[in-house]
Amino acid sequence: MVVLWWSANLAFGASAPYASPTNIFAPASTPADSIFGLSLFVLAVSAAIFVLVVGLLAYCVVKFRKREDDDGREPPQVYGSNQVELAWTVIPVLIVVALFMATARVIATVQNPARTSNTIEIVAIGHQFWWEYRYPGLKVVTANELHVPVSDLAHPTPTHIELLSADTDHSFWVPRLAGKTDLIPNHPNNTWIDPHETGLYLGQCAQYCGTQHAKMLLRVYVQSQEDFERWIEEQRRPAQLSAAVSEGQHIFETTACINCHTVSGTVANGRFGPDLTHLMSRDTIAAGAAANNPENLRRWIQNPETIKPGSLMPAMQLNDREVDAVTAYLETLR
Amino acid sequence: MSTDSIVWPRSESLSRPFVDQLHEWITTVDHKQLGIMYIVYALIFLVIGGVEATVMRIQLIRPHNDFVSPQVFNRMFTMHGTTMIFFVAMPIMFGFGNYLLPLMIGARDMAFPRLNAFSFWLTAFGGFLLYFSLLGANGLYGAGNAPDVGWFAYAPLTSLAFSTGHSTDFWTLSLLVSGFGSIGTAINIIATIVCMRCPGMTLGKMPLLAWLNLVMAGLVLLAVSPLTAAQIMLMIDRYLGGHFFDTQAGGSAVIWMHFFWIFGHPEVYVLIIPAFAFISEIVPVFSRKAMFGYPIMVAATVAIGFLSMSVWAHHMFTVGMSSNANTFFVLSTMAISVPTGIKIFNWLATMWGGKILFKTPMLFAIGFLFQFLIAGLTGVMLSAAPFDWQLGNSYFVVAHFHYVIVGGILFALFGAFYYWFPKMSGKMCSETLGRWHFWLFLIGFHLTFDFMHIPGLLGMPRRIYTYEPGRGWDTWNLIITVGVVFQSLGILVFVYNLLWSYFRGEIAGSDPWDAWTLEWSTSSPPPAYNFATIPTVRSRRPLWDLKHPQDPDWKYE
Amino acid sequence: MTVPEPNWVLPARGPVAMFCLIAAEAAIFTIFVVAYLFYAGKNPMGPQPRDVLEAPIFYSICLLSSSLTIHMAVAALRKGSIRNFGAWWGATIVLGATFLYGTASEWHRLIYREGLTISTNLFGTTYYSLVGLHGSHVVIGLVAMTTVMAFAFLGKVSQEHAERVDVLSLYWHFVDAVWVVVFTVVYIIGR
Repeated sequence: MVVLWWSANLAFGASAPYASPTNIFAPASTPADSIFGLSLFVLAVSAAIFVLVVGLLAYCVVKFRKREDDDGREPPQVYGSNQVELAWTVIPVLIVVALFMATARVIATVQNPARTSNTIEIVAIGHQFWWEYRYPGLKVVTANELHVPVSDLAHPTPTHIELLSADTDHSFWVPRLAGKTDLIPNHPNNTWIDPHETGLYLGQCAQYCGTQHAKMLLRVYVQSQEDFERWIEEQRRPAQLSAAVSEGQHIFETTACINCHTVSGTVANGRFGPDLTHLMSRDTIAAGAAANNPENLRRWIQNPETIKPGSLMPAMQLNDREVDAVTAYLETLR
Repeated sequence: MSTDSIVWPRSESLSRPFVDQLHEWITTVDHKQLGIMYIVYALIFLVIGGVEATVMRIQLIRPHNDFVSPQVFNRMFTMHGTTMIFFVAMPIMFGFGNYLLPLMIGARDMAFPRLNAFSFWLTAFGGFLLYFSLLGANGLYGAGNAPDVGWFAYAPLTSLAFSTGHSTDFWTLSLLVSGFGSIGTAINIIATIVCMRCPGMTLGKMPLLAWLNLVMAGLVLLAVSPLTAAQIMLMIDRYLGGHFFDTQAGGSAVIWMHFFWIFGHPEVYVLIIPAFAFISEIVPVFSRKAMFGYPIMVAATVAIGFLSMSVWAHHMFTVGMSSNANTFFVLSTMAISVPTGIKIFNWLATMWGGKILFKTPMLFAIGFLFQFLIAGLTGVMLSAAPFDWQLGNSYFVVAHFHYVIVGGILFALFGAFYYWFPKMSGKMCSETLGRWHFWLFLIGFHLTFDFMHIPGLLGMPRRIYTYEPGRGWDTWNLIITVGVVFQSLGILVFVYNLLWSYFRGEIAGSDPWDAWTLEWSTSSPPPAYNFATIPTVRSRRPLWDLKHPQDPDWKYE
Repeated sequence: MTVPEPNWVLPARGPVAMFCLIAAEAAIFTIFVVAYLFYAGKNPMGPQPRDVLEAPIFYSICLLSSSLTIHMAVAALRKGSIRNFGAWWGATIVLGATFLYGTASEWHRLIYREGLTISTNLFGTTYYSLVGLHGSHVVIGLVAMTTVMAFAFLGKVSQEHAERVDVLSLYWHFVDAVWVVVFTVVYIIGR
């Protein structure tokens, strides 16, 4: 029954990748492609074994059941057979050898890729419960929404991501782009992707990291080369300050906000929470937990527990006027 | 021809004061009573663990549900896993082992009856300690409740920095204490099997259940100890300022994973091997044939025992080990599927050419064969490391291991209950209720765990208290939760059957199944001394020899 | 089922159980040794092994000789000479206690003179854990042996108890063997 569903899903997934945006059978990047190819082989072998053995079981259950007209004698007692035992040892060993060799090949190609000169290097740092992204070569720091360029198969521009953690274990899993790799403190890891098509790819943290593990969501925006470069330019600029929101800015900078958050070009340079310099360039807040619109932003600032209970951002005990002012200030951080 | 031994009438009558009976049970060192206590204890925790699972499934029935808070949910999955593994599965296997082993090898009790009782009470206390955390875990900051770090308690989430209060300590200490109990029972099992077999019962003539429990006990000795060591290290980190897993001071989170899984993987073989033992006793009797390939079954089990100590890092494929390390663990994990498959083929060969009786134990055994095969195949999928990079830590893995533990181990256990309940209580279980139990539970099991593979394939990770709509996971989660209803009904029917049969079941007699191993030669229930005279045996099926004097096994083995 | 089986002799349960316990304990020690070796050389700061460790040769000889004395004690008990048993047994206890004193004085020096505690650095954590785990097993052994000594003084130990006392000596031999491994790992390899 499971096999039927898998096959249906495979067919379904291949033809309609957006039936689920996180379908592992709808790969859009080379690591995910390699895994998909291997998975088809493994599934086929498993399906064949399943059909054979269940067939034998069903046959036994039907053919050798005790009949109504049984003569009451015990059936012939067979204690074993060396030939049979040999056969069903050797054949599984051969199957294992085949599976193993196919697997070893994919491990080698995915884990040890060649690095080209136009690989984008990103450092991803896992936090409880958000993602920090740094582009050291491009001098960009952002959070939660990752932008990468699309990679043409002829002239690849893959993205290489070094994976670190600031606190406990996390895991970076965007199924359509690659298998998951963990972010472990004091144990740098790395992964790579080369998405073939532009679009938004979803995922989430896949290693239990505490209360809000469930809402540490991943959003990877794969853009054309020009769009990506434009985004990089925008992210590189310091914050555009405006007198209209100076009250909000003042509250922000004299409350504990700046202990955790950075707004480049101002005194705020905390690293515990996400960089907010270009907060308004993101579609979501709280690592994907809520859409980035004024009411959600206001709710979040007033009391994060209402959106993400267990988040490490405290409610700052601001009164309504102060919350409005700070929200207005943040709304200008494009 | 009677296979009954002489039974002294029970001197105690049912009108003994309750306090006296209670005192007898609490101070007993008799393997049968301890076995039953282990089993009853495990059944109580099975219900508690089931409630925890039900709470989780209700929370996950639709996206963004708010049946419980994330904090409560995280405690639920931690307690559910810890309870089911350490206070249901292990005690129930020790319980059946304790009850059956002396009877099946022709001994009067286990090698060390007092150690037996001590080990039981240690395990029992461990369970109590774990649940006491609900009341007693408030530390300095008023934080703390039941543990919420997951049943494998990865570092550094368990360090004082991230787990304040005492919840993690209750996890650590309860398992440390029950771990000593497990080691005590394992020592007892090995000593009993090695030193107390009745005359004529060489190692090659003892029932497969004895062989499998021997291998299981050896694994317990080698596997539980690494967990004990790691937990001592965790306590040193938390309370003596140690740095074993303190990543801020150069410690390693990965080494906790290695130590845990060096325990964790053999642990699951500790759980499945006794299940294999039950199937190896039930399938021959209800196919009316000797076990096909007894020596190979022994060899395969020993091979599984050894190999199981070499596969642990297949739980760590996503952790960033080198490609060489990943490749090694792929090979060892795929290799272990060979002896496991051989066992399935041998069971099928036992059924082949037999006369199969579809009594309740056999229904569950057939369910086991079907489901364990599927579980093994999803295991092979997970063993292909790159495939695991997608499937690992997702609901596919959760589906896989529940397929093994519920579809495999629990089905085998249900079979064992129906098979040996007559021996333990003297009454037959109702076949009708048994069938209701089987079909209800089968439907519920498949609704839940077949469909659980799919959210995993669609990207749903495990241990999340809620999920986003629009990922294609909603319908599947609904179906999964619906299955819980059928499983619960099945369990209710099962418990009712046990109780009803105990009071109103048909008298079983000593050998209701026309079986062939020594436990069926004594009365049901057996007297305290098990056998009036210690038997001498000449083959693997002593009662077959008695029932077929013209065609005994020892001529052919 | 009634053919009498002559010469049906199975191993004694005491030694079998003790070997099982030894297997389990060996597994626990192995994990601590692995942790020690894994972290060897990974201390960025704090006292380093080669600077502060002095191999306790004398005390190790004491402990290893106690394996010899306990063997002599059991042999004496098998022969029935309770006097000699008492003397050798007592010697074992003294040698074991001397070893413990050695560990204690080494720890005193490390803590108060060298400033190395279990929380100082990874070396401190792994060193005190491993040596401490071994030391705790020495303590347990000494408590058991002292109990037997007390029974011997009360005249309750006789030749028929030789097998049981032998089982205890197996434990003690294990403790000594572990020390050989710990000594090699900590004082030879780890430096």
